[in-house]
Amino acid sequence: MTPTKSPWADHPAAVALAGRHRLRAWEPIPWILALAFYFVFPTYLGFGTELLITILFAVSLDLVLGYAGIVTLGQAAFFGAGAYTVGILAKRGIWNEPITGLVLAAAVAAAIGLGSGLVLLRTGGLTLLMLTLCTMALLEEAANLAHDYTGGFDGLDSLPIAPLLGRFEFNPLYPTTQYLYVLVVLFVCFVFVRTLVYSPFGQSLTGIRENTLRMHAVGAPVRGRLVLCYALSAAIAGVAGGIWAQANAYVNLGTLGLDRAATVLIILVLGGYGRLYGAFVGAIAYMALSHFLSKLYPTAWQLGLGLLLVVIALFARNGILGIAELGLRWLRRPRPKP
Amino acid sequence: MLLGGVAAGMVLFIVSVGLSVTMGLMGFVNLAHGGFAMLGGYVIALTMKYWGLGFVPALLFGFVAIAALSAVLERLLYSRLYRAAELDQVLFTIGLVFTMIASVTVLVGPENQPLALPAFLRGQINLGIVQYRTYSVALIVVGILIVTGLWLAFERTRTGAQIRAAVDNRRMAESLGINIGRLFTLTFAFGSGMAALGGGLGAEFLGLDPQYALKYLVYFLIVVAVGGLGRVTGVFYAALLIGVLDFTLKKYLPQGGTAFIYALTILLLLWRPQGLFGAKTT
Repeated sequence: MTPTKSPWADHPAAVALAGRHRLRAWEPIPWILALAFYFVFPTYLGFGTELLITILFAVSLDLVLGYAGIVTLGQAAFFGAGAYTVGILAKRGIWNEPITGLVLAAAVAAAIGLGSGLVLLRTGGLTLLMLTLCTMALLEEAANLAHDYTGGFDGLDSLPIAPLLGRFEFNPLYPTTQYLYVLVVLFVCFVFVRTLVYSPFGQSLTGIRENTLRMHAVGAPVRGRLVLCYALSAAIAGVAGGIWAQANAYVNLGTLGLDRAATVLIILVLGGYGRLYGAFVGAIAYMALSHFLSKLYPTAWQLGLGLLLVVIALFARNGILGIAELGLRWLRRPRPKP
Repeated sequence: MLLGGVAAGMVLFIVSVGLSVTMGLMGFVNLAHGGFAMLGGYVIALTMKYWGLGFVPALLFGFVAIAALSAVLERLLYSRLYRAAELDQVLFTIGLVFTMIASVTVLVGPENQPLALPAFLRGQINLGIVQYRTYSVALIVVGILIVTGLWLAFERTRTGAQIRAAVDNRRMAESLGINIGRLFTLTFAFGSGMAALGGGLGAEFLGLDPQYALKYLVYFLIVVAVGGLGRVTGVFYAALLIGVLDFTLKKYLPQGGTAFIYALTILLLLWRPQGLFGAKTT
């Protein structure tokens, strides 16, 4: 039996809908730029590594916040869980191979995400916000208390991470290996997330974000989808945390703190959430500004950041990419014929 | 012994009650509330230092100044976001906190601001059975006065009835002709003024520096979440509970105390998402 072709199949909207997931012409650009960065700015590779990790972390938040619409203030809990997994295993000499280490970090973070998601996601609104915040604070306190394993407030430093693939050493002073390694990991995770959000699963997440009640009505397993999404996002955040610990060869309590959670939220919103590349734009804008400004004028930086947030929340809810889209649409607007 | 915790609970209550009412009434996630408490503390400390105002007049001045400031902010900025998504409200208020912290750091400086108590509040007082710090006793008295006053205002006055009506069912209240916009501004200003008062009263043992706004925010939020939104008495009991718990745990279990409070909050919110004293939302 051959499927009959709908008469609307050639409609522009239908074509756009069916081809939504296809690779756009501009999509390779960020990756080419990232590779170019390696050759053009060899002295800034430490900063570049940090930037790529931040992008990865922001992508994980985008999945849960931008697509599933779960407002969480506790995403750093999973970043920290991944970082501490790598840190403790390496420090105790149990496991220090980097790539499998990341898999372990992802597994631990996903387990925490699954466990907490199963209970937390029964609630919503302010309660959910508070619960994510409290879970993160609880993990931070636990890490502080388990001094023997985590090093408490001082954290764990000079972690012995084995060479990548048995050949490439991690050198903290010339982070060439780290940069390429993080870039590859980011690419793999990004392809995964991109595939996920354009899959039927991703569509149902967007549906839940837009109208939970209707998704219940059409029979979607809303809670199951949300929990799964939360756990997957936790796993990616865990990878980001694990790779951060490997690249810097240390872990501290800051990986679990509200500061990190708030920063990544700001980055994502600055770039524009729910659009994958918002994480890239936001992280570049934020990190570049903070790298060069915050050392010179720390207070002015905070003031500017605060005002920027207020302006974004009031006037530009879709961030930099949202503004760019509006600009593009304005340029392409149908003009009246003379 | 217990009195110290109760006194801390009173301060928590005075700061958090405004947050509870604004969150319950307007459904607004106001993370800048700690910022108003911080600003209030600064206004009070600085007027005492430079204008030579007494402690009590300075407290009143701080209340009025912050209430006025927050009324302006509410009309100009907050009111635009009442119907916005939670995320926008969170971002907006985080931005506001950053702005407040940075402005205070620029104008006054990042260091801790000492607040000198007047002579009649220093020293010890004889309570018949035990000697105790006068200031703690005074805080408890003030806290009880405030909660009684608020309770009366909430339950016995016309405005209080309007606020309760708006918390329970905003649309119905609006269609009965209650001016919700004015009510919002009024409660918001009042709540922020209370936060300022709490900032000043608590400065003696919570300290007062620009980071105050974020440092204690989680505590204020926990008190509100545990007490239930928009419930004066609920917030009062929750604040007392958290204050006493925190004080005792810090004394006997300095390591794990905070973790215990977080764990308790999580369990409690899972059991009763609407808070210990909140009504079930429909």
